Amino acid sequence: MKPITRLFFCSMALTLTVPAIASDGRLLATGGASSIEGSAGGGITPWAVLSGYGEEGEWGATAFATRVDLPDYRLDVAGMAVSYGNRIELSYARQRFDLGSLVHKLNLPENSLSQDVVGLKVRLFGDLIYDRLPQVSAGVQYKRQKDFLIPTVVGAKRDEDVDAYLTASRLFMGAAFGYNLVVNGGLRYSRANELGLLGFGGDRRDKRSVLKEGSVAVLFNPRWALGVEYREKPDNLSFAGESDWADLFVGYFPNKHVSFVLAYARLGEIATLDKQNGTYLSVQGSF
Amino acid sequence: MRATILGLALLLSACASPPASPVDPLYRDLGERPGITRIVEGMLLNVAGDPRIVAHFRNVNIDLLRDHLVDKLSCDAGGPCHYTGDDMPEAHKGQNISRSEFNALVENLIQSMDAQQVPVPTQNRLLARLAKQRGEIIGK
Repeated sequence: MKPITRLFFCSMALTLTVPAIASDGRLLATGGASSIEGSAGGGITPWAVLSGYGEEGEWGATAFATRVDLPDYRLDVAGMAVSYGNRIELSYARQRFDLGSLVHKLNLPENSLSQDVVGLKVRLFGDLIYDRLPQVSAGVQYKRQKDFLIPTVVGAKRDEDVDAYLTASRLFMGAAFGYNLVVNGGLRYSRANELGLLGFGGDRRDKRSVLKEGSVAVLFNPRWALGVEYREKPDNLSFAGESDWADLFVGYFPNKHVSFVLAYARLGEIATLDKQNGTYLSVQGSF
Repeated sequence: MRATILGLALLLSACASPPASPVDPLYRDLGERPGITRIVEGMLLNVAGDPRIVAHFRNVNIDLLRDHLVDKLSCDAGGPCHYTGDDMPEAHKGQNISRSEFNALVENLIQSMDAQQVPVPTQNRLLARLAKQRGEIIGK
């Protein structure tokens, strides 16, 4: 028996006694990270990819925790998502926005703003890597603001609403000097003020806007990604400007069970306080 | 069963292009035939340890499989090669290879190239050529 044959059968004898447990039919990192609204994506935008690693006929599930530390505020998010068949994804996220120094400065009645986000995403067609067409998904996010006193005072019109979005993702093999390049672009239809943490619609504008979102990432290998993200935001409230958001991120996917995203987030003006630029850290577990 | 195995064995085994002349830089960058042989043997050993797909390789003639895969990858890399098997759709007919099983083999290939310290851009050039053939392999 030749060496390769002998080695093969020795390994096989061991392996056949171990049953396959986790569904991990997709390639490493193709489930993305968990965005701050719970949907699979980057950090601040959803991508067309579905959470976890389930392929056709398989389930995928993730849980995550994210913290964004800003000069005057802090945002904490925790949530989870399940997906089936690389086709449909259901997600939930709880956001808590700590108002920090603003509480004392303005003598605010509450020191944080919270919101629940329930998301549904469906892959319409295409594939991130293989098909001729890019992966295109559509989604909705039902959001409910839970501390509506401050949003009311600053002019928000309602405490719950639905965002809709359409997003496309594609991995271009070797496109960045031989390294793989992931490109995402999306449109969101929304009137959420600061994600919805300041309610929905406002005294300045109460209609939904079409908002552009996008990101580009380079994969140095299947485990490490470096990229940028951008998210346009509406400007519905007259008491303060609302900035578009951007970030520069590093993603680390050591295996199909855990991943980390560290980012520098430029969130600009939030509720009258400018230069809210800080660090973003997210940890995701995949099951 | 043997037909199934041979089909999977030939998963990477149809020669898409005739032997190129002069030799494609990718073939050279993969270490020509000795390098490709090491990559294939490493991949097969990874497959032997992969509960997701190992069962497909029971009773297969591993030496023959290895030789077919080396020929196939040499062809794909644009090097000198001689492959005489069926084309991709014919080789996989009736096997219903899933997307997950295809990806599992891709992971075993990447793992082997990592172990052989093949640079990521070189890996990506080979994977891009193989990825295009997925549609001829899965669900047949």
